[in-house]
Amino acid sequence: MKRRTLMHLAAAAVAIAAAAAPALAQDALRIGAVGPKTGPLAGGGAVTFWPNVQLWAADVNARGGINVGGTMRPVEIVEYDDQTNPGETIKAVQRLATEDQVDFILAPYSTGLNLAAAPIFDRFGYPMVTHTATTDKVAELSAQFPNMFFSLGGAQGIATGVVEVLTGLRDRGDIGNRVAMVNVADAFGIELAGAARPQLEAAGFEIVYETSYPLGTQDLSPIMKGAVAATPDAFVAWSYPPDTFALTEQAVIENLAVGAFFTAVGTSFPGYAGRFAAQAEGVLGVGGVHADGAAFQEYAARHEAVTGAKPDFWASAMTYSTFQVLEQAIEGAGTTDRAAVAQYIKDNAFETVIGTLDYDENNNNPAFWTVGQWQGGVFKGVASTGREGAVDVVVKPAWQ
Amino acid sequence: MDIVITGLVLGGTYALIAMGLNLQYGVARIMNLANGEILVAGAFAAFWFWTAAQLSPLLTIFLVAPVAYVVNWLIYVIILRPLVRRAKSRGQLEVDAILTTFGLGFVAVGLMLAVMGGDYFSYSYLSVPVMLFGEPYGLNRIVAFLAAVVICGALYLWLNRSRAGLAIRAIATAPASARLVGIDVPRLSARAFALGGAVTAVGGALISTFLTLDASTGVIFTLKALVIVIMGGVGDVRGTIVAALLLGLLETFVAVLIDPGLTLAAAYLLFVLILLFRPQGLFGRRTT
Amino acid sequence: MTATEWRDLGLALVVLVVAAGLPFFGTPYYLTLGVTIAMYAVLATSWALFSGPTHYISLATAAFFGLGTYVTAVGIDHLPYWLLLPIAGVIGAVVAGLVGLATLRLSGVYFVIFTLGLAEFIRQVITWAQNLMGTRGLYVLTDLGEREIYWQLLGLAALVFLGGWLIGRSRLGFALRIIGDDEEVARHSGIDTARAKVMLFMVPGAVASITGAIIAPRYVYIEPALAFAPILSFTVVIMALLGGTGRLWGPLVGVIPFTFLTEWVARWFPNQSTLVMGLAFLVIVFLLPKGFVGLIDGARARARGAFA
Repeated sequence: MKRRTLMHLAAAAVAIAAAAAPALAQDALRIGAVGPKTGPLAGGGAVTFWPNVQLWAADVNARGGINVGGTMRPVEIVEYDDQTNPGETIKAVQRLATEDQVDFILAPYSTGLNLAAAPIFDRFGYPMVTHTATTDKVAELSAQFPNMFFSLGGAQGIATGVVEVLTGLRDRGDIGNRVAMVNVADAFGIELAGAARPQLEAAGFEIVYETSYPLGTQDLSPIMKGAVAATPDAFVAWSYPPDTFALTEQAVIENLAVGAFFTAVGTSFPGYAGRFAAQAEGVLGVGGVHADGAAFQEYAARHEAVTGAKPDFWASAMTYSTFQVLEQAIEGAGTTDRAAVAQYIKDNAFETVIGTLDYDENNNNPAFWTVGQWQGGVFKGVASTGREGAVDVVVKPAWQ
Repeated sequence: MDIVITGLVLGGTYALIAMGLNLQYGVARIMNLANGEILVAGAFAAFWFWTAAQLSPLLTIFLVAPVAYVVNWLIYVIILRPLVRRAKSRGQLEVDAILTTFGLGFVAVGLMLAVMGGDYFSYSYLSVPVMLFGEPYGLNRIVAFLAAVVICGALYLWLNRSRAGLAIRAIATAPASARLVGIDVPRLSARAFALGGAVTAVGGALISTFLTLDASTGVIFTLKALVIVIMGGVGDVRGTIVAALLLGLLETFVAVLIDPGLTLAAAYLLFVLILLFRPQGLFGRRTT
Repeated sequence: MTATEWRDLGLALVVLVVAAGLPFFGTPYYLTLGVTIAMYAVLATSWALFSGPTHYISLATAAFFGLGTYVTAVGIDHLPYWLLLPIAGVIGAVVAGLVGLATLRLSGVYFVIFTLGLAEFIRQVITWAQNLMGTRGLYVLTDLGEREIYWQLLGLAALVFLGGWLIGRSRLGFALRIIGDDEEVARHSGIDTARAKVMLFMVPGAVASITGAIIAPRYVYIEPALAFAPILSFTVVIMALLGGTGRLWGPLVGVIPFTFLTEWVARWFPNQSTLVMGLAFLVIVFLLPKGFVGLIDGARARARGAFA
């Protein structure tokens, strides 16, 4: 904690020093970063977004910089807090583009804030490689914003992954076909519940309990009691971090006996295992990584060494990978010309910490992790739309 | 039975959130919009002592309470008292208090971000089931409920039996007359404000055992506390307790029997309806 | 009309024309700031139209703003955009009218928190309805850029100022000033205080709703947490109070410096922006107890004193 504070102070000092010394800007590549440091999404941003900005800059500069057409140029991050407010995101991106005149801008955090910023990225021609935007409207959006890229997958793909995992467990005889499904009543939860419902039914599952709850509900025990009363074989929650924690805690308390327990955002946070320890074993969550792969393990070690915190097992690596895409595209194109770099991203595949990233004709990354599972203290990917390294899913043991 | 217990326990949580604000607004006349930040600070202290030293939140509160008391006392004396002196009318003070405490809330969020970063703080404490009437409940919630009963009971007794308590109630009811009968209004107002802050911080430490918070979540609790205090009626401990329990019961009732998606809508509907029929809140007195 | 009024009107027209030219001579960055200023100017001025004379502090701005964004988000695929703005206005006014009727008996802090609770209630109902219908995140993809949004907001601002000026001259404005001074007196002198307050409360309701409808294309993606964020209500109140609610142009002189202040803080203190913002707040409250209007009036009085 102390170290974290020092880091913040050091980062602030560097930022102030950098602002005061424009001479440095001559050979440095100036990269903008906008994300929530305060407001409702600050918690997620602090786990997933900001540490990776810091890590990426440290990694690049340790290598001597980005090779732009033969000259090694270090990167200099210009960062702003958008307060989880789309109006502030728009202002900050605009400020980066016209006042700071940065060379490139990293995509903001979360679906809503990315889409608010998209018109400005588009107007100035910045390639926008999103890491934490999930949408099923990829075709429409990439038609409107041709330099916007989508990496994390859409609701349909994630829902398909969950249904596949449940089907696999059922076909092995580990669970029956009774499913309880709940969702947080916000865009994310509504979208995923809507995508999962028909797919579950088509796969022959019976939805024995289904409900939503408002964002910020402080007691989820009635929901868990309702789920327990419906005696499901599998429990699926399209939840956000605070309720992911609360639902798991209630499931332990109410002793929800299921062979598959799935919660969404937050399950892959290191803090989840930190809080639930052995109880986390066998819990399924959205996302995942090839946790046993050398690329991820090396990345995780660097992440902890540089930022003082562990990465999460889903969007952290994805976030870092999109920064790698940008970096490699600048090197590949050999120029800081934004249009050339965007075109390079469209035309090429990139080797990153999550594996190969290759955007299709709709600027969409078709291969993404959909479901992971805590196994032996590590959150491992168990289902994806074409990623290597998935491990076999195990049936959820009883809560201890 | 199940609904009643779950509802009461949730109501206890709400009482913890709102009780401090009632003291601050009812007596010291400060509509404290930084109330939620004090709560989060208390929660953070509990989290920090637990992760760093495995110190139980039930012990931490005895550390949090005096510290929060002193901090809030200083805030009142240094920042808010000049506003109280300067205000020509009740309305002027209300506007100034809103602006100032809103700013204080920003300062508090900024300080907490600098100290602990924006990460969630969540930990597991007493998250084991206890059986009541054959149904399992989280022990941490039950403990927080019992603590709420103790705190509210102690406050109620103190306000009704002790001299200082009577004086404080006199200020809440009629500040001008209180001064006439020789009550030191400024000194007691500062004390009431500090006490409110201490209660809020203790509440934060207790609810952190089952809720996941981060530095920016304070505003959610401020909103909830404001609604509960107003619903119950300003300046009356009973009102806040009854309003908190009513909300807890209603939300649980709706969640179990109607639709969990409507819990908060129902809570605010209840709030709106109560104010329509009792504009001064459940236990409030009509102000002229 | 008196000569001063003609002069003020002319002055306002000049300001409007100059402001409308911003997209032609400013950088896109200034245009973005212009949108922010125009948006808050509209919201704060209309807010003060009601709250200035009545001294009621309303925290319902976010509710009406959110309603407006949803009108655009839901309607954009079915109706022409230009039709959505008046629809948003009517919905905002009707809801505000209902709220006004319900809140007549409330006073002081009860009214403040009531409006806050109401905003949350509307947000919860809309969220629940969206969930029930399984509607996905709502996308507003249009060709409207910052420039078009800016001009729309500017037009709305002109309407608000014109409306405010007319209300100030009307019987309604007169009645409201009396209510603000002393409601009892107003009632005794035969003013229908309830009707006056409800009618006036519909103005900020409709305006905030139209503003939301105009802003929706800028946000592209509409979800309840962003559209109904309560911080908007607070920001509007703060800006209006910092400016001063006693005059029509009061909120405007709060909005402009406040926008530049937040911008400056966001730029130079990206990691401590909340902290610095909070400190700036305290300084302003202590040094400017009567808002910027008080400061300007004070300076004017001193200047007059110096020359007299």
